Amino acid sequence: MIALQFILSGMLAAATPFLLAALGELVSERTGVLNLGVEGVMALGAAIAFIIVYHGGGHVLAFAGAGLAGLLLSLLFAFATLGLQANQVAAGLAIGILGQGLSALFGKTYESLTVKGLPKLAIPGLSDLPVFGGLFVQDSVVWLSLAATLAIWATFAFTKTGLLLRAVGENPKAAHSIGYPVNAIRVAAVAFGGLMSGFAGAYAATVYTPLWADGMIAGRGWIALALVVFGTWLTARIFLGACLFGAVSLAGLAAQAGGVELPSQLLASLPYLVTIIVLGVISSNRRLLKLNGVASLGEPFKP
Amino acid sequence: MSAALIWPKLVKRERPSLTITILAPLLALVAATLLNLLLYLIMGKDPVAVFHAMILEPFISFPSFSEVLLKTGPLLLIAEGLAIGYRAKVFNIGAEGQFIIGAIFASALPVWYPMATGQWIWPTMLVAGAIGGAMWAGITAFWRVRLRANEILVSLMLSLVAAQVLNYLLLGPWKDPNGFNFPQSVMFQYDAMVPLIIPGTRVNASLLIALALALVAYVFMQKSFTGYKLEVGGLAPRAAGYAGFSEGRAIWLSLLIGGFAAGLAGAAEVAGPIGQLQRSISTGYGYAAIIVAYFGGLHPIGILFSSVVMAAIYIGGDNALVSADLPIAAVRVFQGSLLLAYLMATTFVRYQLVFLRPVSGVAP
Repeated sequence: MIALQFILSGMLAAATPFLLAALGELVSERTGVLNLGVEGVMALGAAIAFIIVYHGGGHVLAFAGAGLAGLLLSLLFAFATLGLQANQVAAGLAIGILGQGLSALFGKTYESLTVKGLPKLAIPGLSDLPVFGGLFVQDSVVWLSLAATLAIWATFAFTKTGLLLRAVGENPKAAHSIGYPVNAIRVAAVAFGGLMSGFAGAYAATVYTPLWADGMIAGRGWIALALVVFGTWLTARIFLGACLFGAVSLAGLAAQAGGVELPSQLLASLPYLVTIIVLGVISSNRRLLKLNGVASLGEPFKP
Repeated sequence: MSAALIWPKLVKRERPSLTITILAPLLALVAATLLNLLLYLIMGKDPVAVFHAMILEPFISFPSFSEVLLKTGPLLLIAEGLAIGYRAKVFNIGAEGQFIIGAIFASALPVWYPMATGQWIWPTMLVAGAIGGAMWAGITAFWRVRLRANEILVSLMLSLVAAQVLNYLLLGPWKDPNGFNFPQSVMFQYDAMVPLIIPGTRVNASLLIALALALVAYVFMQKSFTGYKLEVGGLAPRAAGYAGFSEGRAIWLSLLIGGFAAGLAGAAEVAGPIGQLQRSISTGYGYAAIIVAYFGGLHPIGILFSSVVMAAIYIGGDNALVSADLPIAAVRVFQGSLLLAYLMATTFVRYQLVFLRPVSGVAP
């Protein structure tokens, strides 16, 4: 019971870095652009945010700085792939390596330093519930991320903007022929993805574990990419997937606290192993992927 | 005044430009070097000192150059293997994990039989490593072919798992009991080491193996029917399907070759310059080799050159750390920017910039 309570109260915070990055990547992939650089963009955002908070700039400025850095790095990706038609897979990897390198470079003198995270805000009434109460005591970024999830879901479900984003990914030729600027929309989507990945990195480094260590993103950007596939490009499923990964990353700790003797390396690989298994299960269902997949994903468009 | 408003437009060339194909890597190298030197200048480092330590030193000092040759081996091996897959559009980015598992498989022999002697040991280790790497990559192939899972994500995740397997062994069952609790295995016996080929340096026979396999890769990719089938599968999957080339076989072959080469490289590293299994067996070779493969134009001969360039960047980075106090992370920044610059430059192999005049513009 205590383990369940522990997982329920920590799950949303643990899920937030996955969620923010995956939502950003969702928007980008919906328009047909696969940006594999998420891990590096998150790492850069994390370093920038940590440095800003460490020097007393506060969390608002830190998230703004991290988002801006992520946005700029992603625009570089957009310039290479959408402006110059470079291979998206290779360019994404290059951005990832570049981002991780810059992150390590900027963060070098901050190794092992800590900052103060954010206070938790409780929803009166709900937070007193037995067992589930912990779910309603979260920091402000978690609440904002939930709002962002809702907003993105509503955008795709109800608005013309959502329809346009999907049309550009589904059939860029048709979107172009009725007068929409396909590549400009894609650039905007990639920039949004970079912004969100920057936020995700900022959350990881200054709120979730407010301690700087090189490589602290530890594959979370890659898991976010996998989450978009798990969620079959649907916002609600991506949210559920992020919660699952939040819970998985806590389950290890809960098991250890509960006296279960497992090698720590096995616990550390748990999210990666779960990713591999879930990818296998979801991908083997071809109908599911065909139904919701993005037709032009990864393919350049030349008007 | 209207001239300033004319946007350049990319227009497809009638045929790919050979000149740009050859110039692109050079231009990218120059651009990346200049940008990074600028970055060092902003960081307050002396760019001239960094340039000397990082770019010149690896080629003008023999001890430094021998280290470049030593690092060229694994990069060349892994990149040749990866390029075969990339041409077939099978994106194995998990060479890092395949390298680690290769190193582990190779280490099993000297760890379990530290007293064994005989010249059969190191070749057996290399074979074991190659098999281990291929098996690890085989998991990705199975996931891709049978479950249709994305090989990029699966192979990357498996690399993260491999790093934890290595940690587990080094902190647990394979830890050297007399190693003062350091996470490393026993030092390997003499016969577990690949023989040196240049006296006074650390360059060993695995470089010759890498060169021989580069030749094999050349014949396979440029001359053999199987290599041709793989490439067609990547360029025109439908046509390949009509011609009866199996996609599944292409994926299996691509991943097994990539894993084999990376595993062999991992084995050669522990049986070579390192001489034991330890945490830092790979300084990101598996990821750097992705850059080497692309920067070499996915061509076996091009990769020969690009692996030397990448090895020089590694050694140059080490030099600059010592002589110009440049953080080692600068190497990763350089690698990433080099690949990005190269990818941008190769656009102009197929396209050219055309400055279109506005139709109703005022004549200048």
